[in-house]
Amino acid sequence: MADQLSLDRVVIRFAGDSGDGMQLTGDRFTAETASFGNDIATLPNFPAEIRAPQGTLPGVSSFQLHFANFDIVTPGDAPDVLVAMNPAALKANLRDLRKGGVIIVDTADFTKRNLAKIGWAHNPLEDGSLGNYSVHALDLTGLATGAVAEFDLSRKDASRSKNMFALGLLSWLYSRPVEGTLKFLSEKFAKNPTIRDANIAAFKAGHAYGETTETFEVRYQVDPAPMPEGRYRQISGNLATAYGLITGAHKAGLQLFLGSYPITPASDILHELSRRKDLGVMTFQAEDEIAAVGAALGASFGGSLGVTTTSGPGMALKAETIGLAVMTELPLVVINVQRSGPSTGMPTKTEQADLLQAMYGRNGESPLPVLAAKSSTDCFDTALEACRIAVKYRTPVIMLSDGYLANGAEPWKLPDLDSIEPIEPNFATGPNGQGADGKDVFLPYERDPETLARAWAVPGTAGLEHRIGGIEKAARTGNVSYDPDNHELMTLTRRDKLRRIVADIPDIEVDDPSGRARVLVLGWGSTYGPITAAARRVRLGGRDVALAHLRHLNPMPANLGDVLRSYDKVIVPEMNLGQLAVVLQARYFVDITRYSRVRGLPISLSELEVDLNAEIDSLKEEN
Amino acid sequence: MTQGLAGVPLSLEPLTKKDYTSDQEVRWCPGCGDYAVLATFQSMMATLGIKRENTVIISGIGCSSRFPYYVDTYGMHSIHGRAPSIATGVAISRPDLNVWVVTGDGDALSIGGNHLMHTLRRNVNVTIMLFNNRIYGLTKGQYSPTSELGKVTKSTPYGSLDTPFNPVSLALGAEATFVARTIDSDRKHLAEVLTAAAEHRGASLVEIYQNCPIFNDDAFATLKGPDGVLISLRHGEPIVFGGGEYCVIRDAQGEIRVAPTADVDPSHIVVHDETRTDPSQAFALSRLTEPGVLRQAPIGIFRRVERPTYDDLVRDQIAAVKADDTEAALKSVIAGSATWEAHERPA
Ligand SMILES: Cc1ncc(C[n+]2csc(CCOP(=O)(O)OP(=O)(O)O)c2C)c(N)n1
Ligand code: SF4
Repeated sequence: MADQLSLDRVVIRFAGDSGDGMQLTGDRFTAETASFGNDIATLPNFPAEIRAPQGTLPGVSSFQLHFANFDIVTPGDAPDVLVAMNPAALKANLRDLRKGGVIIVDTADFTKRNLAKIGWAHNPLEDGSLGNYSVHALDLTGLATGAVAEFDLSRKDASRSKNMFALGLLSWLYSRPVEGTLKFLSEKFAKNPTIRDANIAAFKAGHAYGETTETFEVRYQVDPAPMPEGRYRQISGNLATAYGLITGAHKAGLQLFLGSYPITPASDILHELSRRKDLGVMTFQAEDEIAAVGAALGASFGGSLGVTTTSGPGMALKAETIGLAVMTELPLVVINVQRSGPSTGMPTKTEQADLLQAMYGRNGESPLPVLAAKSSTDCFDTALEACRIAVKYRTPVIMLSDGYLANGAEPWKLPDLDSIEPIEPNFATGPNGQGADGKDVFLPYERDPETLARAWAVPGTAGLEHRIGGIEKAARTGNVSYDPDNHELMTLTRRDKLRRIVADIPDIEVDDPSGRARVLVLGWGSTYGPITAAARRVRLGGRDVALAHLRHLNPMPANLGDVLRSYDKVIVPEMNLGQLAVVLQARYFVDITRYSRVRGLPISLSELEVDLNAEIDSLKEEN
Repeated sequence: MTQGLAGVPLSLEPLTKKDYTSDQEVRWCPGCGDYAVLATFQSMMATLGIKRENTVIISGIGCSSRFPYYVDTYGMHSIHGRAPSIATGVAISRPDLNVWVVTGDGDALSIGGNHLMHTLRRNVNVTIMLFNNRIYGLTKGQYSPTSELGKVTKSTPYGSLDTPFNPVSLALGAEATFVARTIDSDRKHLAEVLTAAAEHRGASLVEIYQNCPIFNDDAFATLKGPDGVLISLRHGEPIVFGGGEYCVIRDAQGEIRVAPTADVDPSHIVVHDETRTDPSQAFALSRLTEPGVLRQAPIGIFRRVERPTYDDLVRDQIAAVKADDTEAALKSVIAGSATWEAHERPA
């Protein structure tokens, strides 16, 4: 029996061919780990091609999980453990592995031919090149095939159970609870008892292999993380976004209408909302992104909460309709799950380079609120907030998520639905003004003096019939107007309406435990995780650093300018070439130190740590 | 087939054309065909018996797309080509509304071709009035996807080079369940066809030949004149026209064509049946439209068949699975199937 060793954190990466079921394996290991009570963060990474040629480097798919007995904010940079199902998976991931890390590798595919395919002349398992690591080379495929021999499976199907064998082995190694996976397999393959039983057998065999053989001398234990009391589940950013939208519409008492067109990495929101007919959600898979946003806007005109979900290329197509929503001042929530661009870019890789597009990517003076979620679970709150602003201010709102948040998962403390404030649509029900002849009339562009939101009358309301559209409106009446002064007034009013939202936005909070920091790191969106983790290490190293994070990118919190001006140096890490930095410099005339990474991956926290240390130290030297 | 307005509340008092007239000054060029369509529409709407506030008109961009401003119902003058999409959102989410789309030949067939096609295919319960003046009016006279080949305009000084669309053929190919054509100069026909279109449950496409005296005057003059022929299609009646002199026959090769009535066996004359499930005869009739200068064109209802509408199906699907207590259901969806309890532990 192996000894048990306690660890506080482990980063583990499962890697294999796209067809090897690595995402499923990672998901299951994550679920086991979450239910055990560890804090978790995940990073799925897969090729855009559904099935790149087998055994090749482009075909490698991986899933990384960071779990710990304390609260963590990123999936980690360097894995401690790499599970590689073939030579390509080993080669593609080896350089990320921590020196001294553990490699568990399936030897079945280590033939001369397969090695040659990826440019390896020698077998690294035999030539000593893996000396820096602790290598467990096992014939996982052979072991799995043996475990399912009693079932009447083709050779191919039998060997496919190797991922479950590996999962069983890892579950044993890290002392994970297995009931959830057994239940999951029974349900997933309920319709195919043979496959179900074979997968369960392979999983159990992997577990028993760890227990009975002496391949591993130690097994590990990572205790549950302390978390605020409550009921938790694991959730990905896309799912949290979908739930946030449903909750927003529910709290407003409005029909949720999604118009969407499939695009990676946003499609899962469409998928989830399409399943949610049990909650009355209406979804429409349109012929393209233009029709999708058009239908959503039409639904909003009809008194629903129109929503559209997409990613970069789709955003480009929606721009004209979003402009129409700005002009018609109707609620509309637009979700952009950002991916690497320009053009098709790298569809499955993350980036934050659509910020300026969200802020300015329309013709004319076309201001609208922009929000960004900072973590997978925060997608729920941000989506809910987007719904609230859209309805209250009668405006399109863009919410920025990204591929990293969308697919990554975290433990989520279930929200208390009852304590969420209702959203009041305040539909117009009667005339709100007087015509030239003194008769009561409805003025669709009459505004709430506080919010500047216009009156929203829904078709079917007698006496409030009116026409809106993309042509400039006369103030109050909403009639077509080409009057120069009116256009200026309306342009300023649209801008001012946005400014009124500031009143609803909490001040930005600065986290500076020592109170002595001279460097502020300001993040937005998914840089939250790496920044927080890097700052933690910077502080552990005895340096002072202040952190702040922006959810509201337009308008920005009232105190932001003061906060920026009160530090000697402001560093803005972004997965783009400095888009927030540009906005801040223009708005607040402050000097911003850019920190740009565009590698299709979250910013590396260890790299950021080193760079922040250097920035802080350089400031010290100056004085 | 008169179910198009089912679900739209009826008006308690009778309405008149005046009720459908807004206070906005109509601003088309003098003599524009749009005037006649607007006036006919306003009178026709009053005869439908539905509540005025339950009508929504969505238009794209173009001269004709100014239409909603002039009708005192709910309306949106949207963006170029996208009216069918916006109307789709209205129609799916609001079964109690009578939804119209107003569009032009450039708006519907050029920039908005994709949306038109898919709206027809889905059979969304909307009525589309396609004002075909065979030119871009609003942008001052460039050729459009329905302009005849060789058309000389500002953007085609040496003549246009692309083959025009026949909107009726296109709609039939796109699985439309109601396809008709009418003309601005025949108010009675216009009113008849628009009423039928409104009453059809599903996507109805009505192509309206509309004269643009400014940029394409008399595009339909030959058709209306002594040498032109309007082939009137009437359900259940043999297709004869030109005072009975001509007729439409199915010849020995199975082809649909025009023939002098005197020369044919009366049993070969096609009896128009707009309800045929198979659209090939309607398509063949649509091909009797001359592609170049219009000397001959059928008008009337080419096709009127029943097929479930997309918006009804969407709502049915939801009704079939929707939880009685959506709040409780939402809570249970949010909780998911695998939760765990955390207790505060000292770090
Ligand atoms: C995106 C976009 N592209 C181009 C235009 C310019 N534009 C306005 S109307 C129009 C053509 C209208 O032609 P048609 O649909 O035939 O309508 P008509 O004016 O003849 O009634 C064009 C090209 C526009 N408004 N929007
Ligand atoms: S340009 Fe032609 S279509 Fe446009 S309003 Fe004038 S006459 Fe009518």
